[in-house]
Amino acid sequence: MIELKSIRWGVPYESLDIDEVNHFYTGEPVARVHTVGGGIIQRDAKNARNARRALQAIPPAELVDRLKKAGQLFESATLPVGDTQQSPDDFIAQQSATTGMPVAMCRANVVKNAFVLKNIDRILECLTRGLSLEILARGYGDEGRGVTVSYQAQCDALGAVLPSNSPGVHTLWLPVIALQMGLVLKPGSSEPWTPYRVFAAMVEAGIPAEAFCLYNGAGGDIGGAILSSCRRSMIFGGPQTVAQYAGNEKVQVHGPGFSKVLLGDDCVDDWETHVDLLVDSVYRNGGRSCLNASSVYASRHTKEIAEAMAAKLGPIEVLPPDNPDAGLAAFTIEGAAQAIWKSIENDARASGVTHMTEPYGDRLVDRPPVAYLRPVVLHHASHESETRNKEQMFPMVNVVACPQDKMLTAIGPTLICSAITNDEAFRRDLVNSIDIDRLNLGPVPTPQVDWLQPHEGNLIEFLYRSRALQVAG
Amino acid sequence: MTASSTSSPPLPAAIDQARAALDAHAVETVQWHFHESTGCPFWLDKKNELNFDPLTEIRGFDDLKKFPEFQDEWLRGGPVRRWVPRGLGDKPVYVFETGGTTGTPKSRIACEDFRTDYSLFSDTLPDKHFPPGSNWLMLGPSGPRRLRLAVEHLAQHRGGICFCIDLDPRWVIKCLKKGWIDHANEYKKHCIDQAITILTSGHDVRCMFGTPKLIEALCLQLEERGTSLAEVGITGIFSGGTEFTPQWTKFCVEELFGGPPEESGIYMTPTYGNTLMGLACSEPVTAANAYKITYHAPQPRAVVEVVDFDDTDRVVGYGETGRTKLTTLTKEFFVPGFLERDEGEREPPHALYPWDGVSGVRPFSRLEGGTTVGVY
Repeated sequence: MIELKSIRWGVPYESLDIDEVNHFYTGEPVARVHTVGGGIIQRDAKNARNARRALQAIPPAELVDRLKKAGQLFESATLPVGDTQQSPDDFIAQQSATTGMPVAMCRANVVKNAFVLKNIDRILECLTRGLSLEILARGYGDEGRGVTVSYQAQCDALGAVLPSNSPGVHTLWLPVIALQMGLVLKPGSSEPWTPYRVFAAMVEAGIPAEAFCLYNGAGGDIGGAILSSCRRSMIFGGPQTVAQYAGNEKVQVHGPGFSKVLLGDDCVDDWETHVDLLVDSVYRNGGRSCLNASSVYASRHTKEIAEAMAAKLGPIEVLPPDNPDAGLAAFTIEGAAQAIWKSIENDARASGVTHMTEPYGDRLVDRPPVAYLRPVVLHHASHESETRNKEQMFPMVNVVACPQDKMLTAIGPTLICSAITNDEAFRRDLVNSIDIDRLNLGPVPTPQVDWLQPHEGNLIEFLYRSRALQVAG
Repeated sequence: MTASSTSSPPLPAAIDQARAALDAHAVETVQWHFHESTGCPFWLDKKNELNFDPLTEIRGFDDLKKFPEFQDEWLRGGPVRRWVPRGLGDKPVYVFETGGTTGTPKSRIACEDFRTDYSLFSDTLPDKHFPPGSNWLMLGPSGPRRLRLAVEHLAQHRGGICFCIDLDPRWVIKCLKKGWIDHANEYKKHCIDQAITILTSGHDVRCMFGTPKLIEALCLQLEERGTSLAEVGITGIFSGGTEFTPQWTKFCVEELFGGPPEESGIYMTPTYGNTLMGLACSEPVTAANAYKITYHAPQPRAVVEVVDFDDTDRVVGYGETGRTKLTTLTKEFFVPGFLERDEGEREPPHALYPWDGVSGVRPFSRLEGGTTVGVY
């Protein structure tokens, strides 16, 4: 069993409170994590300046090189993690064991996180729109137009309250170190693995350890302490969390994606050619990500589209996590899958809603102490159906019949919208929609993310403020 | 008896003596509460429902198991006079409440109990760190709780004067439930600002009561202002609750206070109690014993047992985990076997307290989620 101490600006902290992180199915302990209380975080926050100073002592270009190396190490090296040496396979096995995610999915996330680190220069170039990191490091400079530009860093360290259920989200905070800001992380209670391995890889690559805090412990207490003591933080949660922090400039909140595929009237008659794309958008990564499509909108053929998707998604079975074909993750919180299924059954009883995967057998699969939900396709005969945009933490999609001219009012907030249309007028409306974050024009699966473009809010805009700076002649 | 006394185990004779005193006290208390001339209307009424006669069949502490489990619902709603023993009818009566964020709070009456409890507790405080005659700060909930009056009495009992800063936990819980985290934090800051004003106004405040969250916030705010608890003159603190864990104590002692009492000059002792019971004291808490916190009830006035989760009449073995069960045995209030919303490990008798104790007190795991802890 691996022992993970909380890290306080690079220094492991021996706590008297130790939690066990257990195998999702057998209950066997996999890790012992040393937990801390909110007071420690608030006290440590006063030293965040030191983290920034340690990083500022290294030129940005050098930091970028070290992060690239960290990406390679993260992906393929055996690293000192906690009190053990962790190989990439150990990492994947541990992550799968405590989260219930299939091994193949964990492996894919390793590649994704490593990609971001290995391409950090390109990603930063896109995030900064080509601005030299030297200007961010110095605070001001000449962009080349003979005009001084100045960007004021809004924090010494970014706080992040990380989830347990989606190891893919780590790509969002990985670039921060290159911006010479520290990281204050609260790992997810059943997924401490990625933050600890990233920390190990970065330190091994030469990033100063004093740039990092990793705090394990009770979500409310620690999460609250991070959000109140870091001047900029990101948090991941459900709709309630999103509502709680809406409008708070100090907090970037990441919640459900409500991502969608829209079929324009000009393309919908060719729907059969897009079924694989629709299924991929719903099912990739276990359907757990904010990138996965939760609704498909079209003005006609929706019943056939739903039937075709159900025919592909409905038969998918629960497989052991180490089976390379496993695509469904377990719900490890007792009663969660049952409660979700109850709510879906309730939604499916509404007028105009049809459960299209019903002919393919039971959706709720009890495997005590965990449970699974097999993919669900619901057809909504009207865009006024109350549950048309519901998102769940497994492959579940609503296929909604909706006239094209009503789509942009019916879809609501949408993290990723893949719009399959060549209608220029509709495309213009899509571009102008303020409900859509990432817009894919044409047949692009929703989870196909170009990491070279900002995802879910631009990190640079969150961490810096553009301001005026004048230097006397 | 002081908290710095020996930590060696008690002599068997001391244990036997304590047990005999408890048995005698249990009989005496039951006689008082179930006698027509002295008992309270609630218990005299309840007597009719019992299948035994408490006046003749309670011959020792163990016989209290004959009573049905005490239901805390009995404490909700009135008339509150039904709890006042006839034998105390002419005394001024206080009512203290617990809970009450939503719905009707539980209430208990008291005349002198809180003073007696805190006078006894006073005997366990080392004079070196709680200097007689010095002034106190009470930083915590007052309102319908006994805490303010009790701490004020403690200060007066030790020859001091008590400054009080109020915090309404019902409002804090409401804020947290509504997601108004900023409001809750601002309210906490408002309390801390008042406390710092008192501590820096030349009132010779040396001792204080504070809840763990408020002590932590106070220390952090003092640090922010470039000073510390020691610098503003505090030498003795008592605190309590399930938030007072070994890890929190370690953090406080090592980082917020600046070391153990011999280095920082600050001595802190945990307590465990509630409106129904008196104040359970702790064995000395030190780094050498990994800041382990072990409470012993103020026997014979109150008893804490650690019982099996399912068979709540069975005390678990030493070192084993169980639910805490309180019995209160005073002339003002009789509570036989009340199951607390906490659990912990049963501990053997201690030289200072020759009867069982409980360590590792934390919210009862089977009820977790239903209780909001650490709000103030």
